[in-house]
Amino acid sequence: MSKTLFEKIWDRHVVDAAPGGAALLYIDRHLVHEVTSPQAFEGLRLTGRKVRRPELTFATMDHNVPTDDRFNIKDPISRAQVEALEKNCREFGVTLYDLKSDKQGIVHIIGPELGLTLPGTTVVCGDSHTSTHGAFGTLAFGIGTSEVEHVLATQCLTQKKPKSFKVEFAGRLAGGVTSKDMILKLIGMIGTAGGTGHVLEYCGEAVRALSMEARMTVCNMSIEAGARAGMIAPDDVTYQYIAAGNRPFAPKGAAFDKAVAEWKKLPSDPEATFDRSLTINAAEIAPQVTWGTNPGMVLDVTAKIPAPDAVPGANPKDVEQALAYMGLTPGTPITDLRLDTVFIGSCTNARIEDLRAAAKIFKGRKVAAGVKVLVVPGSQQVKAQAEAEGLHEVFRAAGCDWRQSGCSMCLAMNPDQLQSGERCASTSNRNFEGRQGKGGRTHLVSPEMAAAAAVEGHFVDIRNWK
Amino acid sequence: MTPFRSHRGILATLDRANVDTDQIIPKQFLKSIARTGFGEGLFFDWRTLPDGKPDPAFELNAPRFKGASILVTRGNFGSGSSREHAVWAIQQYGFKAVIAPSFADIFRNNSGKNGLLTVELKEPEVEEIFQMAGRYAGLEATVDLDEQRVTLHLPEEISFHFEMDATVKEHLIHGLDAIGLTLKRAEAIAAFEKTHDSQIT
Repeated sequence: MSKTLFEKIWDRHVVDAAPGGAALLYIDRHLVHEVTSPQAFEGLRLTGRKVRRPELTFATMDHNVPTDDRFNIKDPISRAQVEALEKNCREFGVTLYDLKSDKQGIVHIIGPELGLTLPGTTVVCGDSHTSTHGAFGTLAFGIGTSEVEHVLATQCLTQKKPKSFKVEFAGRLAGGVTSKDMILKLIGMIGTAGGTGHVLEYCGEAVRALSMEARMTVCNMSIEAGARAGMIAPDDVTYQYIAAGNRPFAPKGAAFDKAVAEWKKLPSDPEATFDRSLTINAAEIAPQVTWGTNPGMVLDVTAKIPAPDAVPGANPKDVEQALAYMGLTPGTPITDLRLDTVFIGSCTNARIEDLRAAAKIFKGRKVAAGVKVLVVPGSQQVKAQAEAEGLHEVFRAAGCDWRQSGCSMCLAMNPDQLQSGERCASTSNRNFEGRQGKGGRTHLVSPEMAAAAAVEGHFVDIRNWK
Repeated sequence: MTPFRSHRGILATLDRANVDTDQIIPKQFLKSIARTGFGEGLFFDWRTLPDGKPDPAFELNAPRFKGASILVTRGNFGSGSSREHAVWAIQQYGFKAVIAPSFADIFRNNSGKNGLLTVELKEPEVEEIFQMAGRYAGLEATVDLDEQRVTLHLPEEISFHFEMDATVKEHLIHGLDAIGLTLKRAEAIAAFEKTHDSQIT
């Protein structure tokens, strides 16, 4: 019988059928961070349970971490959370990449870097952006703390099988248009609940043409479309990424060749059927900019801020609320929006290629007067690579602030926060109210668009800029 | 987990779609390593003014919703982050059930693990509840999980049937310990592990 990529991985991980139609699903990698795990470890302690497979469980701290003086966490509650993770990993025998480690970073950036994320496996983490790992042909999804505890104790999860949704990006992207624009375009089309209950599989010529890192950006924001997960079938780009660099947990030599032979069986069969499907013409995608308070409120950079009754599928009252929060007047061209802050970072866009793309824009240019720019590498390895290439000097010469790795201003749990009323171009994933700081106004864009906006002080259409 | 069979209480309405978990429990409340103390953080940025006083313009601060224990809201409730703190905050504020036309997947899963009932009704049905709650201050409803029914206690009662996943229903009704149940299948897990390749080097 023909199967999709998702079905092949699902079927290989069903331990047995749970009562009521759900399945007991085996988990190959459990990634852990400091915010969603303390109550789970405490639960194990209270019930006298152990971590079933500590060798499949990997932890790091990323959400609370200061990006300037990382060993000096001033907020005592943040510090307690970081220390709790250290203590829990010691007590339960879990590998931890702590602040002293040169492999520390945002959990979804270090998984692929370390070779932990591999095709055909299941990956979970107490974090919704776990969908990132789907770029490798991995079934990866976010879970809550109760499920974190469940996986720690049993290495399994009881799951109802999601539906499948094929998203094809036909044709090629125009110059200056990135994978960030692809995923924002999709979310704009189907809405933030458009993928609820489904696993998305991205395919088509434009997806095949993307690098591994660009594919991760697409899969990362699957959750922003409400999807359970997002996936891309592995191919030579995937295998080359896994084979390259220092990835201690990736198979090597004969084991690698054997693994590739298995991975080649993963792509969806030509006759496989999906519950839903959608085709988008990649050539028609323009650089995207969000204007509202969820990622579905997004438009082409050439557009104007919409009137409350001119947003398809949205209640005018909700649009009015979003416009009021964002301090926007309908009819204003997006390119007229002036910025106070630019954030280049997050699990969506803080890998080396993202920093190279931003540095290319900043090279020989200056950040506009009055604009603050924060560049936060996704991991210490990304930071080291960027510094080896001299990118940090380019950022500094332009007037950007070059920082240590962490989640930073994506969710502002650390001291990197917007002030109320500040407008920010951000390469992150969520423009929710208050996400980057109470009263802060977030516009989601690609790294190229963010960097160009930093130079001009307002948004520009990167396709015909300079 | 506390079992959930049936609950009668006052309805409160929150007329916003796509309420995300960043609004339900803002980031500053995620730093706790405990499972309690989240109630005061519920909708904090909406509920409170900069000086810390309740914002009278925010719906849930209305006196007629005092003591409410059933939250009625719009579609895609609980979208965004996987933070289970959102569920803990809703429960610790005093809500036993949330009624909406749709919920985000992770939020719904998290609710089921904590005994917070998420009731999905059709959009016109939710609209009718909004209308009735607007007309009758202090309107009470009963959410009956056994019968999968929401009843509005109006002079002439109105009822709505809702669908519920059989596994989640059983867990909620009996307040089952999901981990304990899976651990009972340890033999099946061990047998699976013998042949399964987790691809770890």
